[in-house]
Amino acid sequence: MIIEHIDTQLPGAVTDRHAFRGDQTIVIGRDHLLAVVDLIHREGFQLLVDITAVDWPERPNVQGAGGAGRFDVVYHWLNLASQERLRVKVPVADGESVPSLTAQFKTANWFEREIFDMFGIRFEGHPDLRRLLTWEDFPGHALRKDFPLDGGDPFCMEGCTAPYNNGERS
Amino acid sequence: MTLDSIALSRQQLDGDKMIINLGPSHPTTHGTLRIVLELEGETITKSTPEIGYLHRGVEKLGESLSYQQFSPLTDRLNYCSSIMNNVGYACAVEKLLGIEIPKRAQQIRVLMSELARIADHIVCVGVNAVDVGAFTAFLYLFKQRETAYDLFELATGQRLHTSFTRIGGLFRDIPEGFVPICERFLVECEAAVDECERLLTHNPIWHDRTKGIGAISPEDAINWGYTGPCLRAAGVPQDLRKAQPYLGYETYDFDIPIGTTGDVFDRYLVRIEEMRQSLRIVRQVLDRLEPGPVNVDDPKVALPSKEKVYTRMESLIHHFKLIMHGIEMPVGEIYSATEAANGELGFYLVSDGGKNPYRIRVRPPCLPIFSSFHDQVKGCLIADAVAVLGAMNIIAGELDR
Repeated sequence: MIIEHIDTQLPGAVTDRHAFRGDQTIVIGRDHLLAVVDLIHREGFQLLVDITAVDWPERPNVQGAGGAGRFDVVYHWLNLASQERLRVKVPVADGESVPSLTAQFKTANWFEREIFDMFGIRFEGHPDLRRLLTWEDFPGHALRKDFPLDGGDPFCMEGCTAPYNNGERS
Repeated sequence: MTLDSIALSRQQLDGDKMIINLGPSHPTTHGTLRIVLELEGETITKSTPEIGYLHRGVEKLGESLSYQQFSPLTDRLNYCSSIMNNVGYACAVEKLLGIEIPKRAQQIRVLMSELARIADHIVCVGVNAVDVGAFTAFLYLFKQRETAYDLFELATGQRLHTSFTRIGGLFRDIPEGFVPICERFLVECEAAVDECERLLTHNPIWHDRTKGIGAISPEDAINWGYTGPCLRAAGVPQDLRKAQPYLGYETYDFDIPIGTTGDVFDRYLVRIEEMRQSLRIVRQVLDRLEPGPVNVDDPKVALPSKEKVYTRMESLIHHFKLIMHGIEMPVGEIYSATEAANGELGFYLVSDGGKNPYRIRVRPPCLPIFSSFHDQVKGCLIADAVAVLGAMNIIAGELDR
């Protein structure tokens, strides 16, 4: 229902859609994100349940509008009145940034920091885009598929100036 | 974890500002998290939470484990009520598979979940009371928590890290002798909750310490992504057990308590009432518990019984296939949420049809709640910050994953 509404209000914003096991998903370009968010916020999707990302390294890393980038940023919304859920996916290329939702949803702050930490995706307009779970000069982004499971180099801490590394900072 | 957050700038040294480090090892953080508080006199002007001390990369590990192997990792999310995490995860995988589990398995899952909810709320309420100086209530309640953990031990063999669920059912049926102990627990726990209420609910010191502290409007609570008791205390009647029922919750008779102001006192009242409602649900489960299998009758999903593996060729093959190659998963993505003790515990699974999930995301209930900490304690005293922290029920294992 909400998807048809988005289609009529913002024609061309939804590039793909599917439903699986009762979950409705739409894919939108990142330049349409703020307009779509504004619309669904007004339609009652007020609880931003979760933001996360998925890495697809095999996908062509095409930058620009309509490109199928390497990452999907995945948003989950819940409409508290109708209990309808909506998943919005925004493809992003490596090196591209996504508009931040911190202005509309305060909860986006830490979720976006976590994605920046784990995937290295930047959010435009985020007030405080620092790493959330790992430390400041952690090498790499842990949830990227090319980040080794065991952390790679057993001495991966070498050269990194974590607070407990003799207290030295570069 | 930056040094900037603890290093005093010249401007800070000149003024009256004082910086206090709460944690990472502090009795009121109940886990390892650190909060840098900036004080002016005794008033908090700024608080910067630093998290990640308990980050174990659960989501990364999940990508290299089979669906069943991930289950023990869910124990370590909210370790105060690990069965609820097991149930939430199993429900997510079952949604991805599109299967429904047998009646008895659903009932036992509800039973254990509600016991876990009681145990979790006992920790939250009891420890919150200890943090603000009321030690007695903690002792009365923790005796009941001990019994709840005994029940977990009886059913699962473990007190904390239960790993009770299997995809398509349960590890095993509840043993003989479980139901009588559970019945006795219902009576004793009800009495203990009453006792706790007599100690706290009309206690003027408790009122002074909790009323008006951490108050939040329903709009703000939703905007911050609150779920669970903290959202309900703010006056939003959102409970997934009622709103989007799973495991047959729609067939049980229970109420959703809500508060009005969202402050620490309301959160306490909501949790106390939820314990009573959970006891009601447990009693209904015990009344209707019907005999039957606790695993789906599908050898492609659930392991066959040991006798069959030893005596029948097909079962042996199924056993081997399930252990070595895992469950055949459809390609797709799902988000499944359950009402855990702290709020909405969500699992977002992306499957590429392989043995392991392509991506597994845990949506922890306390991360959005804790992200509002600065807003909650701005202008308060340190003692209030401790009360707010306790009432948020931050569990570092689930916060950092």
